[in-house]
Amino acid sequence: MAVAKLEQLSQSVVQDPSMATGAVPAMDWMDIPVTFKPGNYAYPAKKDKVEYLDSQKGLHFPNAREWSPEDDDWKLPENWKEIIIDGLGERLEKFRSLKIFMDCCVRCGACADKCHFYLGTGDPKNMPVLRAELLRSVYRNDFTLAGKILGKMAGGREMTVGVLKEWFMYSYQCTECRRCSVFCPYGIDTAEVTMMLRELLHLVGIGINWILEPVSNSNRTGNHMGLQPHTFKDNVDFLAEDVENLTGIKIEPTFNRKGAEILFITPSADVFAEPGLYTAMGYLILFEHIGIDYTWSTYASEGGNFGLFTNNEAMKKLNAKMYAEAERLGVKFIIGGECGHMWRVLHQYMDTMNGPADFLELPRSPLTGTIFENAASTKMVHISEFTADLIKHGKLNLDKSRNSHVKATYHDSCNPARAMGLMDEPRYILDHVVDWVEMPENTIREQTFCCGSGTGLNTDEIMELRMRSGLPRANAVKYVEDKHGVNMLSCVCAIDRATLTSLMDYWNPNVGVCGITELVGNAIVLEGETRGELDEGLRTMVF
Amino acid sequence: MKYGLPLVAVIGLILIAWLGSMIPGMQYFFGVAVPYLAVMVFLGGFVYRVVQWGKSPVPFSIQTTCGQAKSLDFVKHNRLESPHTTSEVVARMALEILTFRSLFRNTKSELHDGPKITYESSKWLWLFALVFHYSFLVIVIRHMRLFLNPVPDFIVWLDWADSMFEIGTPALYLTDAGLLIGLIYLFTRRFTNRQVRYISLSSDYFPLLLLIAIGVTGVLMRMFLRAGIDIAAIKQLGVGLVTFSPTITTDIGSIFYIHLFLVCALLVYFPFSKLMHLGGVFLSPTRNMKNDTRQVRHINPWNPDIKVHAYSAYEDEFREFMVDAGIPVEKEPEPEEEAPAEAPA
Repeated sequence: MAVAKLEQLSQSVVQDPSMATGAVPAMDWMDIPVTFKPGNYAYPAKKDKVEYLDSQKGLHFPNAREWSPEDDDWKLPENWKEIIIDGLGERLEKFRSLKIFMDCCVRCGACADKCHFYLGTGDPKNMPVLRAELLRSVYRNDFTLAGKILGKMAGGREMTVGVLKEWFMYSYQCTECRRCSVFCPYGIDTAEVTMMLRELLHLVGIGINWILEPVSNSNRTGNHMGLQPHTFKDNVDFLAEDVENLTGIKIEPTFNRKGAEILFITPSADVFAEPGLYTAMGYLILFEHIGIDYTWSTYASEGGNFGLFTNNEAMKKLNAKMYAEAERLGVKFIIGGECGHMWRVLHQYMDTMNGPADFLELPRSPLTGTIFENAASTKMVHISEFTADLIKHGKLNLDKSRNSHVKATYHDSCNPARAMGLMDEPRYILDHVVDWVEMPENTIREQTFCCGSGTGLNTDEIMELRMRSGLPRANAVKYVEDKHGVNMLSCVCAIDRATLTSLMDYWNPNVGVCGITELVGNAIVLEGETRGELDEGLRTMVF
Repeated sequence: MKYGLPLVAVIGLILIAWLGSMIPGMQYFFGVAVPYLAVMVFLGGFVYRVVQWGKSPVPFSIQTTCGQAKSLDFVKHNRLESPHTTSEVVARMALEILTFRSLFRNTKSELHDGPKITYESSKWLWLFALVFHYSFLVIVIRHMRLFLNPVPDFIVWLDWADSMFEIGTPALYLTDAGLLIGLIYLFTRRFTNRQVRYISLSSDYFPLLLLIAIGVTGVLMRMFLRAGIDIAAIKQLGVGLVTFSPTITTDIGSIFYIHLFLVCALLVYFPFSKLMHLGGVFLSPTRNMKNDTRQVRHINPWNPDIKVHAYSAYEDEFREFMVDAGIPVEKEPEPEEEAPAEAPA
């Protein structure tokens, strides 16, 4: 799918008639059907991936088949409607959040213009309130007294194939970033609604390949890229060689090593693709510098959890590897790398799903002696927490001038900001390693804007949609680029490193993207190093 | 249509009470039977809804953190926006419920050529919502004087404070004005803000119109249509209702029955509508949970038993690659058996 030229899209966002630009659709939203065409949907999951997942114990991904959203017939099971309504009923019994969020919305509209998808597409169904109404209308019709009696007058509507298609369209135009939930007077969280919609869709075999293939890879090979153990190790070894070429220091990372003190888990994308690679090099340099006793794992080689984007069961099954591996290797605690949704799972779900991790010890920094009380039960520490503590105690030999080619700004990744409250640790680190500035206040911290491609939407076939939904973030970066000459967008998320790169290439081509630990690694003065002038830090090509 | 039907419904309710209360003998129906029924439905319905919510567990701790979490000693913890203890949660909830904290954050975004997106503070909704809700609360408390004998001092004081500016005769209650101004703003906004108008349902217009009708009939009764409004008789009925010995001794003007009937309609409608946000706001998991989930394990009562894809299965699939790459394994590969020699021809 060709993406619109920058000028076209720039005009289209502002001038094309849309809800966001001031036009109001003539028809009621319930009467506007969805139309699928190339570019506005992500490809459905491949049959063999769905079959594999459905064959795994504890997982349920039925109705594997070849199908296309553009077809009239989605080859749904005969009793699809019953499955959906029963599935909704079951989830209402399991999640108080869902019940409350279905019942309490007063449609005040405070959330309406808080969504990056709405701002970029102007589509009224991308207003969080209306996205939730897509489900709420069915809920009212089938589960509330008012809806059963008054039907459409009470805002109810019957579940139809058209509604199902609408669910598919709009639950995959939401990145579960939770920005709307910050502004809602009742804390209604669209992420909960979207998660339920996606769970329900999976019950009848509707899912996208960009999510289900990574889920299946993660389950089988340990990481979403599908890297087999030897390949994963090779990739990390290559990065260690790159570090040696740059600094003269030979690093020998270990894998699956029993008896290590710390297990380190980070998103596999960081050992596989630019610019995450440089963040991974940063990890290697950091750990070498402080000399901790740690190991990588090829079995638990994925920090990210694409299960979160499908259903609770898949999320639990994938996440379970972390504790299983930590127990097998006999480590004391776990450090997790930079990743957004990974940390939502680790902070809000892991201990509940797969804890208690009583075979691990209270996380204690081997260098500073700091005990990470905030991770006392989960026993998993965020790399930014760990690094900030090291800097505070003067354990890192940093030369900030090594990042003098960088003028950075910082993108709060949605989940660390809004599902964890990790905001000032990365900022503290940045203060010590680079010259940086904040973006405007309505676009950072808890009000941060999503990259536009989270929750498994960073697939190329919906590139224009991604460039639209990423516009609010890109626009804030543009502001500091123009005002302060920012040339680097730093973040603590592997998906961001991939998606923001595409976003910057499109909207702000002079701005690069990096992880915080890349900047840390580049600023570290290693003992015995023979590092020359590296104009572009860890990105410098050395021959 | 979305506002037409609710308007017709409210007018219908007014007509029912107006005409009905003029039929001899129906005063007891509108003055006693309907209020009892309405209160029963309200209380029963409200409790039922809250119990229904309570029956569903909170499987995961899904707080929305709106500030820095409690973390390292030198990182300043935002106790109100990312609460770590029960008392901090109580404070966050109090701020939310008493001051509409989240609504206070509201911004209005605009798209400009460039493209350029701007966000400006937009606090009108917050302000008028606050004016409406607090006015409504004071009005409800004030009305308790009609049901209590003797009237508690604080209600007497509240009544005095509410009418202290002595505008008009009898003095206009500030909260009556606040209620109506708030409602008119909310109604106008729903009508004129294109986004809100597009998402509005009949069930959004109906309670607004009903409340406006309640406010207007209340003000009319107090300020203008005073004929036949025997406050002593009304109080006698009110006290009678709460002591389960209601009596209606004189004729009371229709406006009173209309006002009362509309209030009863609101009570009956309440538990089955979005007005239940009054209860729901206390139970919202993104707001009322502690952000301590890595420190204290949250229990999911239905945590499914799902086994991990075992390491042994992983090693079985990739053992040879692992050994070749020098990655430690649990089980050494079995020595390769020599291929059996082909049978001689």
